[in-house]
Amino acid sequence: MFSLSRMAAIARKEFYHLRRDRLTGGMIAGIPIVMTLLFGYAINNDVRNLNAAVVDEANTSGSRMLVSDIGATQVVRFVRHASSVQELERLIAAAKISVGIYIPPDFEQRRVQGRPPFVQVLVDDSDPTVLGAVRGLRNMPVGHANGGVDAIALRPLFNPERRSAVFIVPGLCGVILTLTMVLFTAIAIVRERERGNLELLITTPISGLELMVGKILPYVVIGYIQISLILALGVGLFDVPVRGALTDFYLGAGVFVTSTLTLGLLISTAAKTQFQAFQMTFMSFLPQLLLSGFMFPFEGMPRAAQLLAELFPLTHFLRIVRGIVLRDADLFVMRDDLWPLAVFFVVVMALATLRFRKRLD
Amino acid sequence: MAHAIETRGLTRRFGMLTAVDSVDLSVPEKCVYGFLGPNGCGKSTTIRMLCGLLRPSAGSATVLGVDSVEQAETLKQKIGYMTQRFSLYEDLTVVENLRFMTEIYQLPRRQRGLVVSRQLERFQLAGRERQLAGTLSGGQRQRLALASVTMHDPELLFLDEPTSAVDPESRREFWDIIFELVDQGATVLVTTHFMDEAERCHHLAILDEGRLVAEGTPSQLRDSIPATVVELETTRSRKVREALASLPAVLDVAQLGSRLHALVNPDVDAPVQYLERALNEVSLPAECRLVMPNLEDVFVMATRSEAR
Ligand SMILES: Nc1ncnc2c1ncn2[C@@H]1O[C@H](COP(=O)(O)OP(=O)(O)O)[C@@H](O)[C@H]1O
Ligand SMILES: [Mg+2]
Repeated sequence: MFSLSRMAAIARKEFYHLRRDRLTGGMIAGIPIVMTLLFGYAINNDVRNLNAAVVDEANTSGSRMLVSDIGATQVVRFVRHASSVQELERLIAAAKISVGIYIPPDFEQRRVQGRPPFVQVLVDDSDPTVLGAVRGLRNMPVGHANGGVDAIALRPLFNPERRSAVFIVPGLCGVILTLTMVLFTAIAIVRERERGNLELLITTPISGLELMVGKILPYVVIGYIQISLILALGVGLFDVPVRGALTDFYLGAGVFVTSTLTLGLLISTAAKTQFQAFQMTFMSFLPQLLLSGFMFPFEGMPRAAQLLAELFPLTHFLRIVRGIVLRDADLFVMRDDLWPLAVFFVVVMALATLRFRKRLD
Repeated sequence: MAHAIETRGLTRRFGMLTAVDSVDLSVPEKCVYGFLGPNGCGKSTTIRMLCGLLRPSAGSATVLGVDSVEQAETLKQKIGYMTQRFSLYEDLTVVENLRFMTEIYQLPRRQRGLVVSRQLERFQLAGRERQLAGTLSGGQRQRLALASVTMHDPELLFLDEPTSAVDPESRREFWDIIFELVDQGATVLVTTHFMDEAERCHHLAILDEGRLVAEGTPSQLRDSIPATVVELETTRSRKVREALASLPAVLDVAQLGSRLHALVNPDVDAPVQYLERALNEVSLPAECRLVMPNLEDVFVMATRSEAR
């Protein structure tokens, strides 16, 4: 029979461990802070003074005016001259410049005839923030184009997907929780095995389920502390707009944390040492990081990878959290991504509890 | 007499190694039952099977009247197991550890505080409530461990080398507590290396390489030893020992301080004269006399390599 008070005893004991374990305590706050700052600043910095070169084959007063107007925006800074589009491409590939501006010889005719594009901008978008910054240049007044086609053609060279801190920070909640939750729970049980505590525990009347649930409860609380930190940093430092309701955000996060924690429990039933638990956690973390849509856009992935990614809690949570934070969706709208999390929880929790034996062999 | 533990052909293999080899045990109720044997002879493995933590490869064990595998969970309410390695939480205080165990054993909520302070008194841990378990001395740790596995008044206690890291004074106190527990009706199965502790057990089992090689009360074991014991006093014990070991009628030699115990084949009629003559021949005179066998002799006899 499941005993709530036995489960509570395990949870309370876990808090005692955490209180006396400075390192883990530091990691609870440290990992989200460091990662949010790193990701947020690297991506959200207002991009200015990008190194640029220009090839002006028209060399009219109009084209020279355009070049000086572009320079005046301070988005780019002309650092050298080039003589051909090929040279621009070479300079970009060699990372000498990030932006190349090409003005064709028939620039004036195109302008007069309203035949865009008048100018081509080559962009090193291997750094996605550059592309975002340069996009602004398209609004430069260079003449009228027919049929609403852009007068300045943007040519992203490497990665047409655009991202920003606004997009990154909500996803970061999921990524950091996936790493820390799984790691903490896996370690917490394997540590008891390594230190010999488990031999005593399994000789008592405690049940596997009481032990498992008691173990994960404290980490649900820790998970909430972490996402709150990340969200606060995102809003405070990077102006991430929280468009949806906070209650929906926290509810969704609770479902996600509980389901991803069970993975830690499952790992703990297989790992014999803390080091093995570390390794297994990273083995399970990497595919989630790569395939969930955090690193690469989900739509661009091969079908097989997409199907695999549908199994991961992180994939669904990313959709939920982006929906709520960025698009003002509510949990009901995101229900198609909620039930897979619930299924994941039930299946993995059952597996872990079945695998956990109150025996040493 | 009722038995707390009965095993039939209890066997446990780890791969190629047979750690416990067809052991038949009968442990009477309400007594101290000692497990004596060298390191690695299978004492801990046997206890783990009796607690339901390991499944036997063959044979079976009936513990407190139930099967140790099928009804392992029923059993866990009624037993206490003090592991060989300290298995409480070193980063929890004495009181936190004890309270945790009262909760795990589901003692009635109102009794928990009472039981904890009773155990603190009884195991002389009062005044150390707030000390982290990891900073306790060897003897204090062992008392804390015993305190935490006796809180639910178990009928059967397994103590795996409870005194191996403890000074003689603490060992005596520890054994006083063991006898108190037996007086209150518990059965205690304890493993040990120490002969003085073995001497205090009501019953003893000697294990060697997984097999049960001798069983009985200490006096039964001493009386039935298949050897005559001759004590020798000498200043050149190493040489004498070598000389004795080469004699065909000497089964084994044990050293006890400055004295030697020669275990002589009981077929030899006058063992004292036999040894004196043999030692004189190699000019190693020694004072020899016939003595009553002690448990050390029994142990050496039972676990000597020739016997295998
Ligand atoms: N889990 C295990 N896996 C493999 N071998 C084991 C295991 N546990 C014990 N053994 C081996 O079984 C033998 C008996 O061990 P143990 O019961 O711990 O001896 P004791 O407690 O008498 O010192 C030893 O040789 C030990 O190495
Ligand atoms: Mg042992």
